[in-house]
Amino acid sequence: MPHTILIVVEQREGKLNRVSWETVTAGQAIAAATGWTLEAAVVGSSTSGLAAEVAAKKIAKVYAVESPKLDPYTPDAFAAALKQFLTAKQPKLVLMPHTYQVRDFVPKLATAMGRTVISDCIGFKHENGKLLFTRQMFQGKLAADVSFTSDAPWFATFQNGAFRGDQAEAGASAAPVETVTVDIADGVVRTQPQELFKEVKQAVDLTQAEIIVSVGRGIKEQKNIEMAKQLADALGGEIAASRPICDSGWLPMDRQVGSSGQTVAPKLYLALGISGAIQHIVGMKGARAIIAINKDSEAPIFEIADYAVVANLFDIVPPLIEEVKKAKAGG
Amino acid sequence: MKILVCMKQVPQKDAPLKLNETAAWIRDDVSYEVNEPDAFALEEALRQKEKHTGEVVVITSGPPRSQQVLREALAKGADRAIHLEDDAFVGLDAFNTAKAFAAAIKDEKFDLIFTGLQSDDYGYAQTGVILAELLGWPHATIIMHLEKTASGIRVKRELEAGFFQFVDMPLPAVLTIQSGINKLRYATLIGIKQAKNKPIRKVLLAEVQSAIGENLQKIERLYVPQKTKKTEQIEGTPAEIAKKLVDKLRNELRVL
Repeated sequence: MPHTILIVVEQREGKLNRVSWETVTAGQAIAAATGWTLEAAVVGSSTSGLAAEVAAKKIAKVYAVESPKLDPYTPDAFAAALKQFLTAKQPKLVLMPHTYQVRDFVPKLATAMGRTVISDCIGFKHENGKLLFTRQMFQGKLAADVSFTSDAPWFATFQNGAFRGDQAEAGASAAPVETVTVDIADGVVRTQPQELFKEVKQAVDLTQAEIIVSVGRGIKEQKNIEMAKQLADALGGEIAASRPICDSGWLPMDRQVGSSGQTVAPKLYLALGISGAIQHIVGMKGARAIIAINKDSEAPIFEIADYAVVANLFDIVPPLIEEVKKAKAGG
Repeated sequence: MKILVCMKQVPQKDAPLKLNETAAWIRDDVSYEVNEPDAFALEEALRQKEKHTGEVVVITSGPPRSQQVLREALAKGADRAIHLEDDAFVGLDAFNTAKAFAAAIKDEKFDLIFTGLQSDDYGYAQTGVILAELLGWPHATIIMHLEKTASGIRVKRELEAGFFQFVDMPLPAVLTIQSGINKLRYATLIGIKQAKNKPIRKVLLAEVQSAIGENLQKIERLYVPQKTKKTEQIEGTPAEIAKKLVDKLRNELRVL
């Protein structure tokens, strides 16, 4: 019997997350490299429709893991359900997207089984029969290839955008779907989640902006934000920021780009003093062109920049504003 | 409320990193600082103590240099500290680090344990949740607000795409704290002075050795990531750079 790879896809309010398809693509790639069998699981209170959707992909089998106690999501119920299911199935490798929900329960699940998670991976390698998972370290300055030294099941999660969801291969015919009812005892779930909500209606929709000038810690002081705004105005773009700037209250939260803010894909993303931590990059790497100005030549933002300016932004931005104004005036 | 805050010393954000001779870790001779989310976790613990009285204890693991994060926390108002002091702690995976912490606090009775939501070095985002499971406590992650209720606590979790959620939970519990939950305070001169007399309990590797096992995962190699994108360097004086950028904006990117 070949080993099995099990993907656990994620749903929210009855719809599969986009990143779930990225995990399917990752699973298909690992299955192709190793020759292992690929299966998937959908976890929730009523999942047969979603399971059928996943079964259309090139996957050997799909499980609908169900219990009324799985809705709404709690880490206690999800860990209990998956522990039961995985203990019975014994897959070699379990793959999930590195979402906030997965981060919330997968370390608990793995620990309950005496196993470990290689989290937030961006790729994998299969070298001489050994499976390695690549992940970013030190905020993306370095990368590491990490192996499992424990028994199966091995758990790995993939970063948003690590694989292309639209490259998930369709199957020749629909995969069989099996419903597995798990038993979650009373008292297992100790937390009481309330309804999801949004803080305020987002005033600015950065996703529609064609040009974004974004500031990071390199802007140093609140009063310097004005200079970046002038550049954004001159270019006819929107001002945005990385998380620390919004945390400090220098720009409102709805100007934040990154995993906890907005995901943008403008024609031009001009990054001023942004180092390029992973949490920021996932929100802007889809930009058509990236110009980065940063005095630290090792800043990870330069890894994804199309144009790199290694310099003090306070030297560059004022003449840049003047040149842009001149160009706009037809000069 | 008696609160434990797990803290970590990490390389400074802009510190240039060099690989050591094993090529599986970095050279130790860099500048270090406190992991940023952990600073917010400490601040939240201090605020809760100011509101409800109690005690704030800070814990870290690592070589002697990592005591600095404990000293800073004591100067900001933490009451005492626990230091698992040994070079070997740096190489432990999240599972074993959590096991070492659980062993070091087995005689304590905390109401809450806080960690930062993730570390700036490994970035695993796991140790807090693992610790909760080892202790048999409930947990909640990426917390942006916390208040005491009649039966426990109500926390505000940050979710993706601008969503939040309140969760009610009993104590004791483990929470991983999001950066930006509060505004950090600075240590005062008096605080720095008082910190000198606050106790730091040292825990040696031998004391927790029986609780920890082999790492469950291994960094095979560490390296500078390969660039996948072609990057053009724009160089010159500031005026020249400004002119070159405008030329790119106009003629290559066509946004002007």
